[in-house]
Amino acid sequence: MGRLSVDLCGIELDNPVIPASGTFGYGYEFADLYDINILGTFSFKGTTKEPRFGNPTPRIAECASGMLNSVGLQNPGAEKVVSEELPRLKKVFGKKVMANVSGFSVEEYVETCRILDGQEQVGWIEVNVSCPNVHGGGMSFGTDARAAAEVTAKVKAATEKPIIIKLSPNVTDIVPIARACEDAGADGISLINTLLGMRIDLKTRKPVLKNVTGGLSGPAVFPVALRMVYQTAKAVKIPVVGMGGVASAEDVLEMMLAGATAVEVGAANLVNPYACRDIIRDLPAAMDKYGIKTLKEIR
Amino acid sequence: MKQGIYTVSENLKIADGVYRMTLSGDPSAITAAGQFVNLLTDGCYLRRPISVCEVGKDGFTIIYKVVGKGTEKMSRAKKGDEFDVLTGLGNGYDVAASGKSPLLIGGGVGVPPLYELAKRLTAQGKRVSVIIGFNKKSEVFYEKEFLSLGCKVFVATADGSYGEKGFVTDVMKKVGTYTYFYACGPEPMLKAVYKKSETDGEFSFERRMGCGFGACMGCSCKTVTGNKRICKEGPVIKKGDIIWED
Repeated sequence: MGRLSVDLCGIELDNPVIPASGTFGYGYEFADLYDINILGTFSFKGTTKEPRFGNPTPRIAECASGMLNSVGLQNPGAEKVVSEELPRLKKVFGKKVMANVSGFSVEEYVETCRILDGQEQVGWIEVNVSCPNVHGGGMSFGTDARAAAEVTAKVKAATEKPIIIKLSPNVTDIVPIARACEDAGADGISLINTLLGMRIDLKTRKPVLKNVTGGLSGPAVFPVALRMVYQTAKAVKIPVVGMGGVASAEDVLEMMLAGATAVEVGAANLVNPYACRDIIRDLPAAMDKYGIKTLKEIR
Repeated sequence: MKQGIYTVSENLKIADGVYRMTLSGDPSAITAAGQFVNLLTDGCYLRRPISVCEVGKDGFTIIYKVVGKGTEKMSRAKKGDEFDVLTGLGNGYDVAASGKSPLLIGGGVGVPPLYELAKRLTAQGKRVSVIIGFNKKSEVFYEKEFLSLGCKVFVATADGSYGEKGFVTDVMKKVGTYTYFYACGPEPMLKAVYKKSETDGEFSFERRMGCGFGACMGCSCKTVTGNKRICKEGPVIKKGDIIWED
C-alpha cells in the first residue's frame, strides 16, 4: 500500500482524490486528457431513474472565487447509464466507480440504487439527498433527519454495495442528520453539496439564473465545507468524504485533518481540467513539507 | 482540446468596444472554423469562451467585445502577457456542406468565426457572400478583411450610419441565390435568419458556460436529435436540428 492510499468503506483507494459528481460527467471527457486511472475513483454524474434535461438556461453564473449552477440533474436515466455510459467507461477506467444517485421519491431512490448496485464496476453508491436545484426531491430529503434516514434504510435494504449519503450544507445543524443516516445503516457520509445562492444581473435587473437560485461551489465555500466535515466526522463513526472548494493538495490535507477519509474535488475540474491530476501529483511533496508520512496516519 | 499558456503578440482596439487579440502558441487543437477557446483571466473564477477568428501556424486570433470584468481585463493585456487557454473547443462549421455559393451571416461579435470560415471556403474556390450587421458605424469591423478574401460583402447597420440601414435579414433578399448559409450572432438575429432563410444552413450559438469542454452540462439545449451541449456538440447546430426555446 502506498503512502497516499486510504480505505473507503472496505475498498482500498490508491489515493483519496475523487472528482465530484456533476463535474466529471461519466469520465470520458477527462479520459481524453489524462489517464483517469490515476484517480482514487470518481463519482459520476447524478443519475435519476428517468432521463432528465434539467433546468432552463442560463444555468451557470459566476461570483468571487466560485460559481453557481442550476443544472438540475441532466442525465440520460439509469437504464442508459447501464447500457451506454458504463460500457464506454469500462474501456478507459479499470477501477471501481462511485455511482451518484438522485430521486424524487423514496421508491425512485431505491429503484435507481438497485439498478446500479447490480453493476460490477460500481464500487459505492453515493445517494444525493442534497441537490438544491430540483423541486420536490433532492435536497428536501437531506434537510430532514427522518426523511434522510428513511431513504438510507430503504436503499440499504435493497442493495449490497456501500451506501454513502451525500448531505446538504443548507441546514441549521448537520449533526442530527448525519447521525440519523448512520443509525439507519449508512456506510459513509459525503458533504458538502452546494450552498444555495443567487446573482442578479444589473443590466436586466433579473436573476442571472433562469431558475433564480443555484448551488454555490468553488474556493468560496471551502471554509464552510471544512467546518461541516469537522462537525460531522466528530459526530459519526462511519467514514466521511469531504468536499467543497477543494483545489489543491494542501486543501486535501486540511480536509483529511478535519476528519475526512477521502476528498472529492468539484468545481476545480471545470476551471482546470487537469486539477485532480495536479493534486495527486502535488500530494507527496505537500505531505513531506508538513511531515505527514502516510495519509492513513494523518489523524 | 489542448490546454496551454499562450502569449499575447498583439491586442488592438478595432472598433467601439471591440478588440482583436493575437495569441502565439500551439494552435494544433483548433481544427475547424467556428470552434472556440476558453481563456482564464486574472480575478475571474470561470474561463471566458471566445470564438476563434483566424488560425495560423504559430497561434490564433480572437475578436472580443468588452462586456464585463473578464473582457475588460483582456482589453488591457499587453504584448508579452500570458493567458492560460483551452483551445480547440466545440464542433465548428461543416465546410463540406457549403455548395458552390454559400452565404455567411454575422452580427456584432458573431462576425469573427465567419472570417476563418470564409478563408477556408474561398480557398476551395467557393463564391462566398457575407452579410455583416452592427448597431452603428463605430462598431463596424472586418469589412475590408472579407473583401480582400474575395468575398462579396454587404454591411448593415441598425441606425443606417453605414452600409444598408436595417438588420442582416433585410439584406438577405439582395444577395441573390445562395446554396447554403452559416450564421453567427445574437439569438434574436439567429431566429430571424432561421425564418428568412431559403436553404439549409447552420447556426453558431452562445451560452453561459461552466467548463467549455462538456463536463458540467451548464450550456445544454434541446434539439431534434436529442440534448446537446453547446460547448461540445455545438456551438454550431444545423438548421434542421434546432428547437427554439420560448
